[in-house]
Amino acid sequence: MSPDATPHETPVVTEFLRARPEDSWTMAAAREHHHAYETLTQAFQMGPEAITREVSDSVLRGKGGAGFGTGQKWSFLPKGVFPRYLCVNADEGEPCTFKDHMLIERDPHQLLEGIIIAAYAIQTDLAFIYVRGEFALGAQRLGQAIRDAYAAGYLGKDILGSGFDLDVILHRGAGCYIAGDETGLLSSLEGERAMPRIKPPFPAAQGVYAAPTIVNNVETISTVPHIVRRGAKWYNAMGVNRSTGTRIFSVSGHVERPGNYEVELGHTSFRDLIEGLAGGVRGGRPLQFFVPGGASSPWLIGEHLDAPLDMDYVQGELRSMLGSGAVMVFDDTTDPLLVAWRLSKFFAHESCGKCTPCREGSSWIEKVLYRMAHGQGRADDLDLLLSFGNNIVPGLNAPFAQTTICALGPSIMSPVVSLDRWFRDPIIERMRADEQRRGALAVAGT
Amino acid sequence: MALTDADRQRAQQIIDQYPHRKSALLPLLHLAQDRDGWVTPAAMEEIADLVALTPAQVLGVCSFYTMLKREPVGRLVVSVCTNVSCLVNGGGELCEALRGQYAADPDVFVEEVECIAHCDHAPAFQVNYDFHGPADAAAAADVIAQYQDRRLVARTLSGTPAEDVP
Repeated sequence: MSPDATPHETPVVTEFLRARPEDSWTMAAAREHHHAYETLTQAFQMGPEAITREVSDSVLRGKGGAGFGTGQKWSFLPKGVFPRYLCVNADEGEPCTFKDHMLIERDPHQLLEGIIIAAYAIQTDLAFIYVRGEFALGAQRLGQAIRDAYAAGYLGKDILGSGFDLDVILHRGAGCYIAGDETGLLSSLEGERAMPRIKPPFPAAQGVYAAPTIVNNVETISTVPHIVRRGAKWYNAMGVNRSTGTRIFSVSGHVERPGNYEVELGHTSFRDLIEGLAGGVRGGRPLQFFVPGGASSPWLIGEHLDAPLDMDYVQGELRSMLGSGAVMVFDDTTDPLLVAWRLSKFFAHESCGKCTPCREGSSWIEKVLYRMAHGQGRADDLDLLLSFGNNIVPGLNAPFAQTTICALGPSIMSPVVSLDRWFRDPIIERMRADEQRRGALAVAGT
Repeated sequence: MALTDADRQRAQQIIDQYPHRKSALLPLLHLAQDRDGWVTPAAMEEIADLVALTPAQVLGVCSFYTMLKREPVGRLVVSVCTNVSCLVNGGGELCEALRGQYAADPDVFVEEVECIAHCDHAPAFQVNYDFHGPADAAAAADVIAQYQDRRLVARTLSGTPAEDVP
């Protein structure tokens, strides 16, 4: 987007739910006003290989956080091995991400149409939707949508005379962040603690019940019908390089208009998103810092506002990531130590306990950050954090090296590295002042 | 819980959906909680029988998930988010105020929770997994009162719509 253009949204997966806020989740409205399920006929004519090729050519990348190529993931399935499964990851739990929540509550039929096409492309007859337990209304509407889709012949045997069969099982989680990790989800779906599994084998080779499994995010799958209908070229004409198409960004914190904004990647900047679409920092206050892609992403500051929303640029140039698309905005009244402590408390609570660096590291980091944020810190605490953080993320350079099975371990260090990167001197000064104040109180005998 | 015939039938339907019976564990734990208001040790034993696990294995899974309560919590669970977008919008204060207000009320259980993905309504909270917010303590108490006197129909403690409970 050029500097003078007014920031605008490019709604693809959010177009219909915006247009029909009163009933977008119903079969009647989706069919009448959104051509729901009309792409199925086209998909069945194309055949599985052509759909996979179209999705690969579109450069659609996973919108849950990792950004892996969707078509590429599908192509990893071992040939001729059945049964195989599709799992839709609707366990959205990355702090301050609320896009999938919206998509399942307000456009479940778009998701189901995507599931049918994706399941056909990978040739499975059983798909699971793992819905975060706390999304009660979402699960209710998705459940209704599934029943309606069976009744209308879009699910079940011989869908629309294609000879393709598909069953969909709605599986509700029960309160657990790490079930949102690809392999944590598979463990949870099997009736285990949601503990991630070591890779390889990757789920495409051995996933749920040790069968080949594709795990895709809600927004990713919701995009598939649009790509099949309008073509890979239409999709990858939007965006830049390997950040094609659109993504939904969940903007929250100190902004005038928190909400979900779907924008074209690459041609939209953080400034367009935060100052344009979300109305700027609340009350016209100065921006202090923002978190660009969920709690796991290192923080950025005002000088990065003009950076494009391009996954590779943010990772390569800014040493952070667009992750889950959660942009949290903090004004100058915010205590960065308090935010870092609260995020570390989240990681400590959600660590599954399987890998030592994460299980032990997360709670140690939480304890030290707590005392730093609450007037009990020591001048060398930041270096202490970096010192034992180096055992969780050797080198402390983003993208983070990993000593744990899943990405939760290294994510713990994002707030700490961010404090060191942007607030090191003021923090050390403040810790010294806190030490002196406590020393003076001790001398005074209080 | 001492399963009734209707419960066993429902449980069997859930188990039959899945390629492997163990996958029914979380749905069955939700079912038990919907019925008893919490996951009782007796329920865990019955579920263990149904999915061919030991009661200890069922407890091991149950204790991993925050929505599954292993002691009675009353009729209403109020989950207040204090993660960062709620934190900077008063979520911590809201949580403390509600905890204080309902400390002696056996019917209302106030808990601090991690991000519930309702950050555009911060500070956000849930009552039996219905989303609410933004709200200060007075506004939240007003919402809770509507569930207490049943002007608002609460979901079950697992978030199942009340009308779906057999």
